[in-house]
Order: sequence, then structure tokens, then C-alpha cells
Amino acid sequence: MSETESLNQIAAWRAAGHKTALATVVQTWGSSPRPAGSHMAMNDKGQFVGSVSGGCIEGAVMDAAREVMATGTPKTLEFGVTNEMAWEVGLACGGRVRVFVEAVE
Amino acid sequence: MKAALRSELQALIAAKAPCALVTDTNTGAQALVTDTVQGELDVAAHLPEIKRLMAANKSSTIEQTPLFVRVYSPNPRLVVVGAVHIAQSLIPLAQIAGFEVVVIDPRAAFLTAGKLAGATAIEEWPDDGMKFVKPDSRTAVVTLTHDPKLDDPALAAALRSDAFYIGALGSRKTHEKRLQRLRDDGFADADLSRIRGPVGLNINAISPAEIAVSILAQVIEVLRADAK
Repeated sequence: MSETESLNQIAAWRAAGHKTALATVVQTWGSSPRPAGSHMAMNDKGQFVGSVSGGCIEGAVMDAAREVMATGTPKTLEFGVTNEMAWEVGLACGGRVRVFVEAVE
Repeated sequence: MKAALRSELQALIAAKAPCALVTDTNTGAQALVTDTVQGELDVAAHLPEIKRLMAANKSSTIEQTPLFVRVYSPNPRLVVVGAVHIAQSLIPLAQIAGFEVVVIDPRAAFLTAGKLAGATAIEEWPDDGMKFVKPDSRTAVVTLTHDPKLDDPALAAALRSDAFYIGALGSRKTHEKRLQRLRDDGFADADLSRIRGPVGLNINAISPAEIAVSILAQVIEVLRADAK
């Protein structure tokens, strides 16, 4: 997949009248599946393209994106073994990632 | 992300212009950096670091700040010389892996017979074709024709460029003869050591598709050499 596919998908969703959000990996520690800059684009129907992990945290990112799309206020999420959420949606690889989620007009 | 900034960013990406989107992750304010800076976020104090990240093609948070720099660079390119059977597999594999693919072959019958997918086809002799392509440090060149008339000029042009990867299909014996011809043309052994031949990682590949996998794997190995 081209790294810009997420942005193109957002443009298509916006043209179709959807609300959209973009999640971006902004920092990683230790072993993590996707490097800083990796994108995942989402819409208000729960569809998404791209990824910010190997599939471990995409569900939680989508939950946060729903709120971000509703309020327009960006959010920074952190996932890792030290996070209490790790038990549910943490990274099996033992790494840590910070993910920025923003609404996209 | 504001609509105006998004459409500007997409236009830059479509034009294959390197750019960086800088985001204040506390506020969501953003700036788009090319030769100029636009957007509501003031990044003047961090421009040298942003330019450094752009040159290194590396997206990163700037230490001690809430600023994240997302660098967008044009996709790496793969130039395939010879629209042969292996090319039919190599082209779609490389495209899936994010490469932009250019195929050079002066033989119209090969160009049309090959499944060229979305690759750019250049129906020219390789010396002319390579002038269009202008390989740079984000370009890999692979010759597949086995024909010195076609492979050699392409390899010579690749050796005179900054191509990050140069590969030539052919047995050890064929490769030795090829190196001797290029030596006779004035290339030094240090230059010739840039050519990977026999091409590809050794995965015991036999079929054209398997050989395509081994070639692409080696191209990626070199492209990402400094990622670890």
C-alpha cells in the first residue's frame, strides 16, 4: 500500500459527506510494528484503511476517533505494556507507541 | 487538519514534491513545510531540524517539544529493463510494496505482451530510456533482458547515477563476461561492485515469480539498510 493511500481515502470519504479522522504514530519505544509517521484513516461509519500497529490497537484507536470526529478536538493515545489498557489492547511485542488522532476537514 | 491544508498536502504529494506536515500534538495546530511554510502553526524556530528530517526522509517528534514532523517523500522507484516474464511478476509485487515502476524495452511486442499493470512503459533503447528516467538516490535499476545490447547500456547509465540499487539478471558466468565488457568500457572495479549479480537474494527461486520475489527482497534489503 502506498503511504499516501490514507489521505486519498479521506478525500473520497469527505467528498461523500463523511466525517473523517486520521491517526498517526508519532513516537515509538522498543519493538513496535509500525514506524513513526504510519497513518490510519477512519470515517464515521467505522471504516478504516492503513494501520498504526500490527492490528493490536486499531480497535481502541477507532473508539478514540469516534470522539475526536464528534468534538473536533485532537487526542494523543499511548499504548504499551506499562499502560493499564495493555491487558485489553496492548502490544504483544512489548513495545510502546504514541498515536495522535485528529479530525480531518 | 484544515481542509485547505489537506488539499494542499495532497496536491504536493500528487506532484511528487517533498514536504513535511508539522503538528503540535497538544493543540492540533499545523504547518505545511516545503521551500515555504504555510498554516497556522509557527515553526520558524525549528526549521533547521525540520529540514534535516526532510533530507533524511524520517518522520519524528522533535525532542522536548509537542511537535511531530511527518515527512512525505516521493515513493521509491524501480526501473525494470526488459519486459520479460519475470517483469510480469516483479511489476505488481513492487507496486504492492510501494514502488513506482518504470519499464524500459525497445521491443514493442514485449511491452504489449507483458502485463504491465500500472507501470510506466518506455519503448526506447535503454540508453535513451534512462535519460528520461534520470535515476536518483531513491531509484533501483534491474536489468532482465540477458541481452548485452540492452542490459549493458542500462547498467552503464545506472552506474553513472546515484541509483541506490543496481541488479543484473544472469548466471555467474554471464555476469563475469558482463563485468569484463563494462571494464573495457572504462568502469573501475569499485563502480562495478555496485552491480548485484546474479541478482536477488538466494531463496532457491526457480519460477519467474519466485525470482521476482528474490529480486524485490534484495531491493528492499538495500533500501532499508540503515533503518535498523
